[in-house]
Amino acid sequence: MFKARDAALIAMFAALTAVLGLPGALSPFGASVPITLQSLGPMLAGAILGWKRATASAIVFLLLVAIGLPLLAGGRGGLGVFVGPSAGYLFGWIAGTAVIGALVQARLPRFTWWWTAVSILIGGIGVVYLLGVPVLAMVTKTDGLMATAAAAAVYLPGDLVKVVIATTVAVGVHRAYPDLLPGLRARVSQPGSLPPA
Amino acid sequence: MAGRGRVRPPAVWSIPVGIYHPGSSVLHRLPVGAKLVALLVTTSMLVLLRSGAVVLAGALIVVAGYALARIPPRLALAQAWPLRWFVLILIPTQAWLAGWQTAAVVVGTMLITVLLAGLVTLTTRTADLLAWTDRALGRLPGGAMISLILVLAIRAIAVLSVLLQQAHEARMARGMQWSARALVTPVVIRSIGYAHGLGEALMARGLDDDAPDPPAAGRGRRVRRG
Repeated sequence: MFKARDAALIAMFAALTAVLGLPGALSPFGASVPITLQSLGPMLAGAILGWKRATASAIVFLLLVAIGLPLLAGGRGGLGVFVGPSAGYLFGWIAGTAVIGALVQARLPRFTWWWTAVSILIGGIGVVYLLGVPVLAMVTKTDGLMATAAAAAVYLPGDLVKVVIATTVAVGVHRAYPDLLPGLRARVSQPGSLPPA
Repeated sequence: MAGRGRVRPPAVWSIPVGIYHPGSSVLHRLPVGAKLVALLVTTSMLVLLRSGAVVLAGALIVVAGYALARIPPRLALAQAWPLRWFVLILIPTQAWLAGWQTAAVVVGTMLITVLLAGLVTLTTRTADLLAWTDRALGRLPGGAMISLILVLAIRAIAVLSVLLQQAHEARMARGMQWSARALVTPVVIRSIGYAHGLGEALMARGLDDDAPDPPAAGRGRRVRRG
């Protein structure tokens, strides 16, 4: 299924999602307001590893949370988060990262920053909210529209910023390691296939 | 690349420890599988039935369970604490829209399911859950690989927290402490370098030997860049 190198990459991106959830990575208001970059993890995994390995890394990350490691933003972990109101967003990470990877891979060997941004927007926000909002509405028995509005108001500005960050990071990483996605390597050296960093 | 230098123990980012609360109660000694099945059954009942009587029974189970496992009230509260905003918003809105009884059932169901799942986590060692996951995955095709990746990922968290600390200090030195990109790009690039080294170490230990080797892109030109 996965080769040794894939296994190592999957483990690293699962761990990356974990450390991005620790407070301090992005702290415009100091340590007291824990804004984290955690949802950047699935976005980056999808755009960098492709759908198969990205899906595996999201599953591995959630398994680590499930066995009791407090890796979710705010030091949450254990089985409780999978039955709470935000559970849909967690499962949304699995589907979302798969969609990002599939969209990015669909246009290979062409790799452009704008398509990467569109892919991350669709998978990282669209798909994640598509699973997160109905579960939130179900658990809290709120009607769908209210839950959608609440979700959008709270998470959307931060998530849009993360789409921008994830796009620039993914483009930079593919410049540094052009053979991470099979098929990308052939075109990456040609002028115009990647924007200047 | 910036951020080279002596490796300092991470100050902001620390290696996580599990949520497990040590003890010797019946709940601590129950087999992992039994606890997970009990949790699945109870949670499904609560969510599917959603009635006042079921919520009351669930609340009794929660209180009895936490008392039996001798969980300090502070830790029990910590399990429900992440839900505080939901509770504060839901009680008045549900009470206004659907009445007090519905509000109590909705909020009660949410609190009880989260507290019950938290109880399983509090009374089960992370190592035991990992071993149980390992056995469960061992029966699935490709499950052994996921088990290995789980262990690699736990180790990688420690490695990455050091990389993150270094990149954080580097971006401070460059006067870019507000730039998330200046933090994340070097961390991701260096972690991929680390993953390639790890992959080679695993290959040297024969991980890829049992699988027939497809003409994979990258084999033979795994040159470390950077």
